[in-house]
Amino acid sequence: MKINNFVFRKEGPTTTVVPHRFDGVRSEQLSMGKILTVFLFLAMMCPSASLGQTANTPSSSASPASDTQSTRITKLEQAAADAKSSGDNAWMLTCSALVLMMTGPGLALFYGGLVRKKNVLSTMMQSFAMMAIVTLLWGLVAYSLAFGTGNSFIGGLHNMFLRGVGAQADPDYAATIPLQTFMIYQLMFAIITPALITGAFAERMKFSAMSLFMVLWSLLVYAPMAHMVWGKGGLLNASLGGRFPTLDFAGGTVVHVTSGVSALVCALYLGHRIGYPKQPMPPHSVVLSFIGACLLWVGWFGFNAGSALSAGSLATSAFVATHFGAAAATLSWSAAEWWRNGKPSALGAISGAVAGLVAITPAAGFVSPMSAIIIGLAAGAFCYFMVAKVKMIFGYDDSLDAFGVHGAGGTLGALLTGVFASSAVNPIFKDAQGNTLASGLLEGNAHQLLNQFIGVVIAWVLAAVGTLVILKVVDLVIGLRVSEDHEIQGLDFSQHGEEGYNWESPG
Amino acid sequence: MTKVEAIIQVSKLDAVKEALHEVGVEGMTVFEARGHGRQKGHTEFYRGREYTVDLIPKVKLEIVLADDMVEKAVDAIVAAARSGKIGDGKIFYTRIDEAIRIRNGERGDGAL
Repeated sequence: MKINNFVFRKEGPTTTVVPHRFDGVRSEQLSMGKILTVFLFLAMMCPSASLGQTANTPSSSASPASDTQSTRITKLEQAAADAKSSGDNAWMLTCSALVLMMTGPGLALFYGGLVRKKNVLSTMMQSFAMMAIVTLLWGLVAYSLAFGTGNSFIGGLHNMFLRGVGAQADPDYAATIPLQTFMIYQLMFAIITPALITGAFAERMKFSAMSLFMVLWSLLVYAPMAHMVWGKGGLLNASLGGRFPTLDFAGGTVVHVTSGVSALVCALYLGHRIGYPKQPMPPHSVVLSFIGACLLWVGWFGFNAGSALSAGSLATSAFVATHFGAAAATLSWSAAEWWRNGKPSALGAISGAVAGLVAITPAAGFVSPMSAIIIGLAAGAFCYFMVAKVKMIFGYDDSLDAFGVHGAGGTLGALLTGVFASSAVNPIFKDAQGNTLASGLLEGNAHQLLNQFIGVVIAWVLAAVGTLVILKVVDLVIGLRVSEDHEIQGLDFSQHGEEGYNWESPG
Repeated sequence: MTKVEAIIQVSKLDAVKEALHEVGVEGMTVFEARGHGRQKGHTEFYRGREYTVDLIPKVKLEIVLADDMVEKAVDAIVAAARSGKIGDGKIFYTRIDEAIRIRNGERGDGAL
């Protein structure tokens, strides 16, 4: 049918949107806007107080004609180190960009396509807002709380306003790249983690409440978890001598378990969307979700392989494991669907890929490609089961399956890391003499599974308790859920004054 | 003057258009529609949830004709749109009181 040959008109009254000028909720929205403006003005004052930081000076080297042998060797060693540093830094900056892309537009599209048309912009805006809000928060204080020197549970305030975070490397974290690179890379993780939670309360949470929630969540849940697993002195830090060393290469516990469990708590606290589950709410555009999922897959190479913090063979290993995990999970989810429903759907395939990527995240730099395949196959099937069966049984409205994929997939991946981690891939555990020790269960280290379990439990508890407290506080202060009218109208208009698609506009 | 409304399968639109042009019908308006008569819908699956789609996409044509053209036009539509299966659609007539050509104000059969 050639559509462009005739005029199509939708039967029925033309849509005219009339803005509500006089209800109390609109005036609340206006005052939220004013509060935000004042806050931003004050926030601008803070960094200017610390403008006396040392600027980044590039290293310079003079080379006089008459150099002794040892001077030349020293210079050669320096040049070699600079070259490695240059390669590592180029890779890490690229990875930082890739991980940011995972949020925008990756996650924005993935989630945006899954909601109803009337909520597409608000869903995308939630991810985008994280890019802005968490960035500022990170620079002001959150980086310091996550990666600054502190205690086993949280960092200190020494690196507030990014003080001390410059061109100089910090060998505890990454010896060959500027600490500033490390900081910006970690920021991208801090951005996407809260963005993942938005999937649970899609289509019914106030933008103002969500923004406040995310600020508090980043400080009270993300920063402590990141510190415990990756920060200096962290309780669970496997590389820096934590008490319960948890193997978490790129954030299975820090990112996926915390966000997934928080998502479940949010879904339970906020309750069902109006009409759920009787009213059909299919994704308005699986096309958008598809594009988003592919961007997530590609971006995930930055997420996992970049967690090697260098451009060497470990990065390659993590890259390969990531890819194989995603592919395997795509197939196992699709197979499960094909069996159960008779047809493998596109939405199922991309969901499977994401589940696999989630599960391989903690394992990426510790497992072989074949182990990655097994992890992927397990994740695809398990997450499909969580989303298609368990959610129905318990009846919670985790709108975009943030818990089903990230919470469940992350938990599974973290535990399987304890099974499949191999010192041949990554000799992470060494004894006092420097001999390599076994990493995971299959290699003979059964104890590590217990440590993984401890890490997972801590993530679950921190996320659940923290989220519940924050939800309660935000609910009391502003109220979490939009009004019934606003929910039915759609959040694009009620929260943002827009429509996602104006395809029917006359003229 | 008679208005003929025909609800047909989406895939039959081109054939019906051709057939109408052949019998000399020069004007028509076409709408995207959704609906059903006795035709059952189908189910779609999204992430394990089953959705029943029972408003099936159809095309609706409206043509206003001089009374002596109606028989020819309806026969043409039926011949082009019929497949013999449930879901082929329906045709309705109504009487039209007046027709006006906007360009020059012409009225009645001349405006058609």
